[in-house]
Amino acid sequence: MLTSDSLLTLGAATAAKAPIIAGDPLALLIPAMPILGVIICTLCGIFGVRNKLPAFATVLCLAVSFAVTAKLFMGHDGGVSIATGFEWMSLAWGEGQGQRLVADFSLYLDSLTILWMLFVTGLATLIALYASEYMSHDVGLGYCRFFAAFNLFVFSMACLVMGDNMLLLFLGWEGVGLCSYLLIGYFYKKPSAVAAAKKAFIMNRIGDVGLILGVMLTFVHFGSIEYREIFAACQPYIDLAKAGKFNEIPAIVQLIPILLAVGAFGKSAQLPLYVWLPDAMEGPTPVSALIHAATMVTAGVYLVARTYPLFLLSEYALPIVAWTGALTALVAATIGMAQFDIKRIMAYSTVSQLGYMFAGLGVLTSTGAAFHVVTHAFFKALLFLSCGAIMHGFAGQLDLRKLSGVGFMKGWGVVGLGMFVGCMNLAGFPFTAGYFSKDMILAEAFVTPGMAPIGWILLLTAGMTAYYTFRVFFRVVVGPMHYEPGDELHHAEDDSHGHGHGHHDAPAADAAHASDAAHGHSHTHDDHAHHEHGHGAHFHPHAPGWAINTVLATLSVLSIAAAGLYFVKSPYAGGHAHGGAVPGMVERSSAAFETPFSHHGAGGAGGESHDTIKEGGHEGADGKAPTHAAAGAPSFVPTAIAKAHGAEAHAGSFFGYDPHKAMYYVSGVVGFVGIFIAFILHYAGRRTAATARADALLPAVGPLAGWAQNKWYVDEFYDFLIRKPLWFFSNVFYIFDKLVIDGLVRLVGGIPRFIGAMVRPTQSGELHGYAAGMAAGVAVLLFLVFILTMR
Amino acid sequence: MIETVTLAQAGFPAAMHQITLAHYLFISGAMFMLGLIGFLTRRNLIITFLCTELMFQAAGLALVAFSRFHMNMTGQSFVIFIVTVAAAEAAMALALVVLLFRKRESLDAAEWQEMKG
Repeated sequence: MLTSDSLLTLGAATAAKAPIIAGDPLALLIPAMPILGVIICTLCGIFGVRNKLPAFATVLCLAVSFAVTAKLFMGHDGGVSIATGFEWMSLAWGEGQGQRLVADFSLYLDSLTILWMLFVTGLATLIALYASEYMSHDVGLGYCRFFAAFNLFVFSMACLVMGDNMLLLFLGWEGVGLCSYLLIGYFYKKPSAVAAAKKAFIMNRIGDVGLILGVMLTFVHFGSIEYREIFAACQPYIDLAKAGKFNEIPAIVQLIPILLAVGAFGKSAQLPLYVWLPDAMEGPTPVSALIHAATMVTAGVYLVARTYPLFLLSEYALPIVAWTGALTALVAATIGMAQFDIKRIMAYSTVSQLGYMFAGLGVLTSTGAAFHVVTHAFFKALLFLSCGAIMHGFAGQLDLRKLSGVGFMKGWGVVGLGMFVGCMNLAGFPFTAGYFSKDMILAEAFVTPGMAPIGWILLLTAGMTAYYTFRVFFRVVVGPMHYEPGDELHHAEDDSHGHGHGHHDAPAADAAHASDAAHGHSHTHDDHAHHEHGHGAHFHPHAPGWAINTVLATLSVLSIAAAGLYFVKSPYAGGHAHGGAVPGMVERSSAAFETPFSHHGAGGAGGESHDTIKEGGHEGADGKAPTHAAAGAPSFVPTAIAKAHGAEAHAGSFFGYDPHKAMYYVSGVVGFVGIFIAFILHYAGRRTAATARADALLPAVGPLAGWAQNKWYVDEFYDFLIRKPLWFFSNVFYIFDKLVIDGLVRLVGGIPRFIGAMVRPTQSGELHGYAAGMAAGVAVLLFLVFILTMR
Repeated sequence: MIETVTLAQAGFPAAMHQITLAHYLFISGAMFMLGLIGFLTRRNLIITFLCTELMFQAAGLALVAFSRFHMNMTGQSFVIFIVTVAAAEAAMALALVVLLFRKRESLDAAEWQEMKG
């Protein structure tokens, strides 16, 4: 507490250099252990290790990282401290502000960092264990490559989350992008995987332009890229924003959050830039679970939460974030409803849930957004890993029309249970973790003035989410038992994604199967007697082993237990935020409404215990803000600050009820309705895997279903809008280059060539010619001398 | 105008008074011109080479004449060197001509036009 308060006084008073509270140097182990893992995996690759050593080394390294994070969490008092690693960049020129660039490899330890690292390292450990089995068909160089990239990812993520300056964040940002690229393109002989990897990388670069411009502007304006100095320097602007005097804040400062948001949208797959994430499912499933569902894609949310004080400085930044998030949530949910590939449905649901998180940030519940990040990380990782187990066991089959009743097959119970827990959470079934975290966002959307439309969009999306989630569940996990193997048996031997387990190495899917599939003919099994069908004669589903089952069971328990976080009190003294432990952590960080230096309850909201140290200038500002809110909340951000100071109760309502209370019922009912519709359409009365009652509804929705299944043609639209014109102009410029530029060069080169051609005949090669030339030259010279001397 | 100085004026014996520097220079010039004309008109490599020798010695003659005229023996000692070098060069050149002849079975200079641009 002393930490943040001393920061406050200094920051508010002079915006001078904030003092550094030395953090636990043990924290440096968190990024160091994954680097050790990278080294071990690389050495394994060099020495041609052909067993599971890289996997278990990885699990061990990451477990140590997790343990260190947990220790930090235990010993953390809610303040900000900085664990200094080593001097990374330190440049100075001139004397003035902004002429000194310091970016050390130092870790910014506050509750937000610790929260993020807890689930990043924890999930990474579990998923590494899962991957040790999942990737077992690739033992050898590919295995080492996979785990080296996996470790590098965790290291980059640690830099991103823990860095105490924006440059270290940027290093991590690009590092996770690189690892994402490497791991999506893991099956590098598969053209679609390579294309997806490139797409992800390029889309992310578009967002990165925004991020890097934001970082540059921050440096230009605030003269530093270290968080503690930025936050100290932006304090005067916060005071201006509190008073609603946005026109006194320089435009350049208001531009920074918008640019940072562009970066966040790219990394977290938000609306204009989301198309890379579904394609990223080409990577191995553990990667999809860790990077493209649980951790990396939340980096955008982290960025916004971390730089929340900057976002409060612009009238437009947070509404932009909120609307982008809400629309993304809706659009992705509509696409998810129409897909058949279960992994892709999960991918769109990730995009959609990320939209929720951004909407949460935008409607001023950074606590709710962070809570949703945490709960989503667990249940979405669980869902992906369950889908991955199915994909692994059924030779790459992911089509929900070709799988049914998987949960009741022998050896698949844990997977079924995992799917069930994950789906319940994602659907927001009452009293699951996903229900509580989603509620916080929904309720705050109705609380925050002017944001009710976002609340309605999100509520609609919640129903759609419940529907498409349980569509998968009712189609794949329960119902009559049936399966068709995927197409990955053919190439079990080559480096593509087949698995070389001896018991189904025969080329099973024969021509009969192919034609059956083509005609949409389905096979129903009530048992495993599938030998009567020619195509399945050699195929046995390969039930998951101990590692996968352990991880799925652990994640199921954690996903359920995450609901408990809502009821646990904030781990720090003096916290008051509604919503339990996670919000309690977030409100102590820079993601709190005001600044990282605020305890957010400083104004004495709702009879909170008043911090004794809060006096002086800060108090004056506190007095102003509620006045403003009472005057009718003229602007968005003053509302935010007013809200932080206890004006919450009369800020917004849901048909006259307190949104927080109403949402418990409303979102529960919406979730139920979604699940019920899915039950009616996809479970009740379903006899086969391929068809369900929903098919009968298809004509009713007209072309919409087809459009949604084709992802609203967004890829085609981008192709038309960007790629085609680019291609066209490239060709125009190519022709221009060939004709004009090359023409000029050729012209310049042609002049000496022409002169040469003109004088070449003088070089006859004949001795007498040269002699005559020489003689004539001497004669001319003599003649000249003669003329000159005669004069 | 070049001033003509007779040998008598230079203190030579009377018997030589009639042969002036101009005579020597005339002979030298004539030799040079003959060599040059031969060089330009004949195609036989040996003749061509002999013509260059002729021009060479014409220059040597002029040098001796001037040396004697100025009573400066440096020029004459030069000529001794020139003659020596010319002898060596003649040996070289004739050897080259023999080699060239072996290649083309001909002494025609027009046979060799590799330097044509």
